Amino acid sequence: MSCITKFLGAGAVLAFTAGVAAAEPAIIYDLGGKYDKSFNEAAWHGAQRWAKESGKKFREVEIQSEAQREQVLKRLAQSGANPIAMTGFAFADVLNKVAPEFPKTKFAIVDSVVKQPNVQSIVFTEEQGSYLVGIMAAMASKTGTVGFIGGMDIPLIHKFECGYAQGVKSVNAKDKVIVNYTGTTPAAWNDPVKGSELAKGQISQGADVIYAAAGGTGVGVLQAAADGKILSIGVDSDQNYLHPGQVLTSMTKRVDNAIYNVFKAGANLKPGVKVMDLKAGGVAPAMDKYNAKLVTPAMKAAVDKATKGIEDGSIKVHDYTTDNKCPVE
Amino acid sequence: MDRLPTWADAILVPVLSIVIAFAISAIVILGIGENPINAMGIMISGGLGSTYGWGYTLYYATNFMFTGLAVAVAFHATLFNIGGDGQAQLGGLGVAMAALYIPWPNWWLALFGASAAAALFGAAWAAIPAWLQAKRGSHIVITTIMFNFIGSALLNYLLVNVFRPVGSMDPATANFPKATTLPNLSSILGLVGIPFSNQTPANVTFLIALLACLLVWLLIWHTRFGFALRAFGKSEPAARYAGISPVKITMYAMLISGALAGLMSINNVMGESGRLVLNSSEGAGFIGIAVALMGRSHPLGILLASILFGFLYQGGAELAMWTTIPPQLILVIQALVILFTGALDNMVRMPVEAVFHRLGKRRG
Repeated sequence: MSCITKFLGAGAVLAFTAGVAAAEPAIIYDLGGKYDKSFNEAAWHGAQRWAKESGKKFREVEIQSEAQREQVLKRLAQSGANPIAMTGFAFADVLNKVAPEFPKTKFAIVDSVVKQPNVQSIVFTEEQGSYLVGIMAAMASKTGTVGFIGGMDIPLIHKFECGYAQGVKSVNAKDKVIVNYTGTTPAAWNDPVKGSELAKGQISQGADVIYAAAGGTGVGVLQAAADGKILSIGVDSDQNYLHPGQVLTSMTKRVDNAIYNVFKAGANLKPGVKVMDLKAGGVAPAMDKYNAKLVTPAMKAAVDKATKGIEDGSIKVHDYTTDNKCPVE
Repeated sequence: MDRLPTWADAILVPVLSIVIAFAISAIVILGIGENPINAMGIMISGGLGSTYGWGYTLYYATNFMFTGLAVAVAFHATLFNIGGDGQAQLGGLGVAMAALYIPWPNWWLALFGASAAAALFGAAWAAIPAWLQAKRGSHIVITTIMFNFIGSALLNYLLVNVFRPVGSMDPATANFPKATTLPNLSSILGLVGIPFSNQTPANVTFLIALLACLLVWLLIWHTRFGFALRAFGKSEPAARYAGISPVKITMYAMLISGALAGLMSINNVMGESGRLVLNSSEGAGFIGIAVALMGRSHPLGILLASILFGFLYQGGAELAMWTTIPPQLILVIQALVILFTGALDNMVRMPVEAVFHRLGKRRG
């Protein structure tokens, strides 16, 4: 019995000291976990960059179950963490409930819009970035067939796919886009073997540029494309360096910048919707020394032209998630 | 050798196994540079030290009770139902359809309707592997595993393409109507004057799970069907000789098992989230196997094992929140508990038996 009291005492002391370290920013990673080589990891990099620059600390929690979304959010808010960032649309519903309970705490959510006076919603225009890499894919393709390999079959990835297909068709309406999804469970984000199998399948159907929007699975797609002597397109982070000269470009989605900005703003975080589009540098095709030889001047000009068109509104890229439909197949 | 007294068999041996599992976990925690006593302290105070902690512990335990009972019922007929996860997800589909498409006037009618739908959908998902086993001899382990994947693919398709509200990113159904919100444990315990935190997802389903434990106990040990079930499990030829139909027993055992797994969804889908999300069962069907093994397929053992696993989940969440111990460590502790209570049971049991044997001799 005395042993248990000692345990309880130790726990209480620790919980107390943990509570004292207030006003630290906090980040909650979605179920994929911190080291998913993709989305959550990008967020972590952003938080790390802020910590290194400011010399301050931040709190981080990887949730393990659905029930923990609300639990962790509330506990962090009660302990005084501010602002609290979270990655992933799956938090939207819970945040909508929790945010009004903590009016003095600022929250930031990536990939979804939560309309509360103390929440900053950060959304990316993935369809625009995908449109641009679609243009590049169509121009680089000799066979007139390009591929798309998605991770888990969810609306967000259809948004990538639809933007990409629109970009491809804008160059040549007759081009064929082969689409495959890795799976229907979260394991689809981290299955490079299956990614490489799917890529080989698409190569045998004539695809000579493959865009992988599949998290860790994409590593296998890029590898298979490099082995098959065709081009690939990376996603989220700049993956051009993985196979120099064989990755056409990467559709970068700067989640790291988003989280960095949230932490930098601290308690002064501005609520509202923050759209990380082409103009804001939220999405972009990556251009660096590894793909310089692959990007022809004509390709560069086409991308620049389309970028301008999207920015001034003369080109409208349809967002799949607004109506669950894609204008092109 | 003499048999162990019941209390030693049911309590002493599992407790010793758990102590060993925790001792080894402590070494692992030391190895990653954290203080194991502090860590255990956080787990215990976070999981059991307040009604808040108990609320989460019991919420998880409710899930595991249903899936544990599901595995146990099938196991008494030596059918290894690994498909609890898929059956629970399909049960979730039943709950969601009942809650969304039928305008319920109040929560308890909704609870009846949703429970019936959950049990029906779960049973239906178990029926196909059961039929394949009973009639075709396709091994139930293989088919139920495969049905987990088919189930999650089906739900994924339905959530993305059918149930998802237009414009929503999240592959989930719309929120259920207010009338279907289940009362939480704090308002129920409040009726009898017990104060309980109202910040937890523990809800009325916990009481249904307790009732399910009782009913399963009655079913297995106090009905003719339960006898047939156990007889079939012990020896199929003997059962056949006694006029028990293997096809019937296989079908009924799996239908009950699937229904129990499906019922889990009232707790997480209706009680907690109030909508159906992707992968709603979160592996509870698999934890159910460990729970049933640990509880020796007896409802009381399953109840206790469920609370232990619920505690590990909630205590683990607290660890992840307040220390730098990675959440994966909880998996290590869970795995050790399963290893020692399930696979290495004899390692503890034999020395304990030897001690009792010697004590018995001295007395004799």
